[in-house]
Amino acid sequence: MNENLAALIPETALLGAAVAGLLAGSWLPRRRQWVVAALAAAACVTGVAATAVTMAGGRGQLVFSGTFAVDTATDAGRLIVLGALLLVCAMSVESVRGHERETEYYVLLLLTGAGTLAMVGANDLLTLFAGYLLASVPAYALAGFAKDASSTEAALKYYLMGALTGVVMLAGVSVLYAAGHATLYGDLRQALPSAPYGLVAVGLVAVLAGLLFKIGGVPAHFWVPDVTDGAMAPVAAYVTTLPKIGGLIAAFRLLHQALPASDVNWPLLLAVLAALSMTLGNLAAFFQTSVKRLLAYSTISQVGYLLMAVAVATRTDLAQPALLFYLAAYALTNLGAFAVVTELPDARTLADYRGLARSRPALAAVLVVCLLGLVGTPPTGVFLGKLEVFTAAINGGYTWLAALAVANTVASLFYYLRWLAPLFHPAVPTNAHTTTGHWPATTAYLAATSSLALGLAGGAVLPLFTGALLP
Amino acid sequence: MLTVVTFLPLLACAVLLVSRGLPDRARVWVWIATAAADLALVVVLWAGFGAGGGLRYEQRVRWIPSAGVSYHVGVDGLSLPLVALTCLLFLAVAVYSLRENRRVRSYTCLFLFLQTVCLGLFVALDLILFFVFFDLSIVGMFFVIAGWGHGEQGRAAALKFFLYTFIGSLALLLGFIGLYLAATPHTFDMLDLTRANPLAGRGAYAALVLLAIGVGLAVKTPTVPFHTWLPPAHTDAPATGSAILAGVLLKMGTYGFVRVAMPLLPSTWRDYAMVFIVVGAVSAVYGALVALGQTHFKRMIAYTSVNHMGYIILAVGAAGVLAGTDAQARALAVTGAVTQMVSHGLLTAALFLLSGVLYDRGGTYEMDQYSGLAAPSPKLATATGVAAFASLGIPGFSGFIAEFQIFTGSLASQAVATAIALTGILITAALFLRALRGMFMGSVRLPSSVGAGGFRDLVAPETFSIAPLLTLGLVIGVAPRFLLDVIEPASRTLVGLVAR
Repeated sequence: MNENLAALIPETALLGAAVAGLLAGSWLPRRRQWVVAALAAAACVTGVAATAVTMAGGRGQLVFSGTFAVDTATDAGRLIVLGALLLVCAMSVESVRGHERETEYYVLLLLTGAGTLAMVGANDLLTLFAGYLLASVPAYALAGFAKDASSTEAALKYYLMGALTGVVMLAGVSVLYAAGHATLYGDLRQALPSAPYGLVAVGLVAVLAGLLFKIGGVPAHFWVPDVTDGAMAPVAAYVTTLPKIGGLIAAFRLLHQALPASDVNWPLLLAVLAALSMTLGNLAAFFQTSVKRLLAYSTISQVGYLLMAVAVATRTDLAQPALLFYLAAYALTNLGAFAVVTELPDARTLADYRGLARSRPALAAVLVVCLLGLVGTPPTGVFLGKLEVFTAAINGGYTWLAALAVANTVASLFYYLRWLAPLFHPAVPTNAHTTTGHWPATTAYLAATSSLALGLAGGAVLPLFTGALLP
Repeated sequence: MLTVVTFLPLLACAVLLVSRGLPDRARVWVWIATAAADLALVVVLWAGFGAGGGLRYEQRVRWIPSAGVSYHVGVDGLSLPLVALTCLLFLAVAVYSLRENRRVRSYTCLFLFLQTVCLGLFVALDLILFFVFFDLSIVGMFFVIAGWGHGEQGRAAALKFFLYTFIGSLALLLGFIGLYLAATPHTFDMLDLTRANPLAGRGAYAALVLLAIGVGLAVKTPTVPFHTWLPPAHTDAPATGSAILAGVLLKMGTYGFVRVAMPLLPSTWRDYAMVFIVVGAVSAVYGALVALGQTHFKRMIAYTSVNHMGYIILAVGAAGVLAGTDAQARALAVTGAVTQMVSHGLLTAALFLLSGVLYDRGGTYEMDQYSGLAAPSPKLATATGVAAFASLGIPGFSGFIAEFQIFTGSLASQAVATAIALTGILITAALFLRALRGMFMGSVRLPSSVGAGGFRDLVAPETFSIAPLLTLGLVIGVAPRFLLDVIEPASRTLVGLVAR
């Protein structure tokens, strides 16, 4: 049995930093609590370095009785999650500096990051569920971190929805266990084709319920706008980005590894979920006036595009690089937009962004890049991601889904432009453009630049995401 | 070399963006210098082009190999005239912009960015590269219309323009993906796809791909019934924006037909050529008729663009009909289509710049507000008269050369459609003559907004931007060989590809 702990350096780095940070934070004076933030960043960088070494050496392996896979998807997921976590930490610096619970904030971020990484590599239903819990519970606390009315409501909604889907997911795990007499994906792949159809279908749908909650896909998306709107802006950036990375890669691996030959027509189910997510998310975003709600609904529609790649997981080899690349591009672009929102705490509605192009041209440029990027305008990363995803969907036999996605892309343009148009308005509202500080702005520039660079240097990045999943 | 030509404006844009202290006037001069240098480079390219129909100055670098995308550029007789046209028009617009004083820093940068995008599209030999520039042109023009257009109305027009043309571009993308998936190995490279001809005999699949590409290009061109974004976009854009939109951006659609749709889908193109012939003839007549009904000068010119683009669609459609025609007639039609792209670019850009002069002095485009302008402003009257006559296709100007070739080439196989489209010339003649008579003849009458100083004639920046365009139109009309020598071999190659 392979119990190589060295294969889990990124996960253990985050957990270790969380524990160390918690201990250190209890005796650090309040003005020195930034040490914990530095510790968190160091843990992320360690994880990235370890992942890079693994990727360079091509040392993929299954560890701990095959319950955790270290392969291309895990490596890519680790890079995206850790990179995104770094950006979230960076944009949080000024929002929580000197806060009485500053340490706890970073510790919670680290814990939920570790849970997300566990989901990314989970090759076993129980590992997946453990990852789900570890990723979710700290996130509930983060949602309520500001302790005001709206964030409390956000935390409560997030928690109730998460607890419900978590129970359903656990039930699904046990049903699949009953059907296949195993929780390892490799064993399920052998057993499920001969298992009763109904059991497999019910079990799969129940497990997917939990994953759909994590990624904020229809029909488990109700929490997204309320949590995004109620929580602090950096937390909103977190909950709309990182759980999606974990949940989508987990769903991809589950469907690709455990159910490739099953009678259950899950590709169609996923295709329908994708269609519903992108369409409902878009329709709901149309007339939002609050920027955070608009972004929240936009992330729901983005999940729809991402689910397209999951739907064709076994039907085309293009699906995996498409999903991973889109996730990377989406994470950068979405975080860039949220960094601008963090930087301008007083600008809550679209109208508050009037005249930003004149008062803060660089931030306005970031918004142009990120919002047009979310639409999929070249040469940003999401454009290339969309290109890959559409290609995968058509190649996998879902041309109708690709056509629907194109229609949705056009529709989404409408509300992104509703946000962009006021930027160039001559009148500047009073006080709306007061800024938080340097950190969120720098994060915004970094994210937008990286999103553009990812589109231009896609040729260098895509091969990293191509490689078979380990059995 | 082509890469230098393409990205030189973007480089200048970046330099202008970081230099904060520069006065506005100097910025425009930097822009003019850049545009002139770029045009000089293109003249060098043209001089070294030589005879024959092949691609020149080709350059291919791996970009995203795993997705079959490469940075592949090159020019042939179909694209070189459009590259030259683009450089010339941007230079003219730069000179014209010496009068601009609103947010000059972003204005110059935006136009330099647009120039790179337009040049990039015409030299691209990879579908994704083509698409990237196609989409970015929409983004750039959106900001031009929204930022320097006519107020609130301008912003609404910009939104409509963006949504409409973006739908088209996404349809185009679907078509490109269809082509990509059909080829083995998967590739977006136009030359590889032309060689492989992956959709030959693919029936409904090929028809769907052509539908997607056809709709995408038709929106951008625009043809009836996808033209409705054009009038508001033109009406509410600044004069320079309209000139670029009509002169260069509309050509992206028609150029796409000869660069992508025809050579990459030859048999499908032949099967559905009739659709394009009908759309072309209808656009030509409908555009002219609607233009006849306008009282708004700029809107009228916008609709004549629909008419002129209709001729091009008719010609490329006729080039796809093999029965009852020979290769020479089809090549003539294609040559006419490309010449028409250049000619329309020159003349319509001049007309839009002239309409900008009109708006600058009188504050309105309504033609019945003006009368007898020839007396206070003879230069304006002369230039408008020349541009109008050239645009309606009298001999001696580029429009005549183009339309003559289009109609001769198309008549061989499509007598009825050509005869119908021909009436478009008559109608445009009527509407231009009526506009000229109303605005420039008779007793002087000016809108109330014109101050006591009276109606100023063309000033130097205006003259020096508009006159070269008209002069070149005249040169092409009198001595077209230098242009046709470049286009004709490429047309013959294209016709050969379509006949496969």
